[in-house]
Amino acid sequence: MSKLIQRYTAGERTNHWVVAIAFVLAALSGLALFHPAFFFFSHLLGGGTWARILHPFIGAVMFLFFIAMASRFWRFNRIVPADRQWMKRIGDVLRNRDEGLPEPGKYNAGQKYLFWVMVISIPVLLVSGIVIWQPWFAPYFPIWLMRLAVVVHALAAWVVILGIVVHVYAAIWVKGTIQAMTRGTVSEAWAKYHHRAWYREMTGK
Amino acid sequence: MALQSLDITARSATTTPVPTARQTTKVAKLIDISKCIGCKACQVACMEWNDLRDEIGTTTGIYDNPRDLSDQSWTLMRFSEVEVQPGRLEWLIRKDGCMHCADPGCLKACPAPGAIVQYSNGIVDFHEENCIGCGYCLTGCPFNIPRFSKKDSKAYKCTLCSDRVAVGLEPACIKTCPTGALVFGSKEDMILHAEGRIADLKERGFSNAALYDPPGVGGTHVMYVLQHGDQPELYAGLPKDPGISPLVSVWKGIAKPLMSLGIGLAVFAGFFHFVTAGPKEIEEEEENRS
Ligand code: HEM
Ligand code: SF4
Repeated sequence: MSKLIQRYTAGERTNHWVVAIAFVLAALSGLALFHPAFFFFSHLLGGGTWARILHPFIGAVMFLFFIAMASRFWRFNRIVPADRQWMKRIGDVLRNRDEGLPEPGKYNAGQKYLFWVMVISIPVLLVSGIVIWQPWFAPYFPIWLMRLAVVVHALAAWVVILGIVVHVYAAIWVKGTIQAMTRGTVSEAWAKYHHRAWYREMTGK
Repeated sequence: MALQSLDITARSATTTPVPTARQTTKVAKLIDISKCIGCKACQVACMEWNDLRDEIGTTTGIYDNPRDLSDQSWTLMRFSEVEVQPGRLEWLIRKDGCMHCADPGCLKACPAPGAIVQYSNGIVDFHEENCIGCGYCLTGCPFNIPRFSKKDSKAYKCTLCSDRVAVGLEPACIKTCPTGALVFGSKEDMILHAEGRIADLKERGFSNAALYDPPGVGGTHVMYVLQHGDQPELYAGLPKDPGISPLVSVWKGIAKPLMSLGIGLAVFAGFFHFVTAGPKEIEEEEENRS
């Protein structure tokens, strides 16, 4: 067994999972209104009316915790030239041919771009969501703005949901990743293989 | 609302066929603005039949009373003072309320199955027990008609007295109108009746008199005879060429199935990537070396 390296503190893990749980509930209740094919999701939250009532509150909770999480992880997500090199070889990454890839830091380029997509989309969700939030805020906005806000909200939600599908799959696909968020640790081998620059920094090797 | 469950043509957020066994005649209400004296008897009749009581408001210096539609006021007279020819004041009084569009934007926008239905006679009706209170119908409507209740957060509007019409009665407003400005019958008959009225108005110098049955929403089951048919905006901002906002129709039409498909494909792509390319594992020796 290889040694373990701490990747996330208990606070970071809690923060992540609050966002994740709120995200799933917000996505299910939002999708229920998005297309009739998903309306049955509303039953998971107690029916259509409850889904409608709870969704924006869940979304707002998610937003607050996301901002907290994003400010913790912000500095690890700056895009550097090596990231563009890494992105060019995304085909090889997908085919598990990782030899000679630029060495990623704490996050690889894919993770970084996803981070920035979320940093843009989630505030868009909040702002557009407030415009259509009945009965609290929507009455203060003109109808043309509500029309626009629903579409913007649905588009941003779509981007975020697709992004999270990729995010969740990547965690399952890359063996040994999930324990980073459940236990807080990863194996040294995992760190060396997937995030070499970070590995050097952590171990001094 | 009424329970004519066999003569439904369209049902909100429903992707399977609706019960259409019974076909009924298309109906219409015709509002002849040139005959309306603004007595508001129809407003009272609407309150009476539907047992609605709006809050007593305060006067704002104009005749419109109440000031706007609400969950308790499904119809209301809007008064406009205009001078189409300089020096010739005209008082245009338009009975506002749901137009019962053949292509209803509210129904298209509504995400709750069965909260909005369209009967085969053309009436568009809200079934508030299925309404989840999202307010999307407000964005779908080209005429700014549905109103939210502050008490229960459900949307309300004129039913065209679907309950009365279902048993062969005319809507309450029609029954009470003292001047014959409001008439009700099959849509075909109402168009004929309107043609007679328009010919008469033209004879009396209103050369632009016309029927308001806007094609942008597939025609309406509430129509107006307008003295100034070329300028519907004169009548308290009646839209000249109403239609469902493209933001609503595109988003509810083609965008959503495609976007839903996109999400489904992403999930499947992940699954099939896993069973083909396999997980990203670290070689055993690498694991042991470090
Ligand atoms: C950030 C705070 C958020 C707020 C304030 C918010 C608010 C709203 C509101 C008011 C609605 C209209 C229905 C309702 O009242 O429930 C709505 C719909 C929706 N929301 Fe959110 N939301 C937020 C976050 C999210 C998130 C995180 C997602 C999913 C990833 C999401 C996905 C959706 C979807 C798909 C719809 C349906 C849009 C449509 O019908 O086209 N929302 N949201
Ligand atoms: S508020 Fe309007 S759009 Fe929303 S569920 Fe009720 S009737 Fe449908």
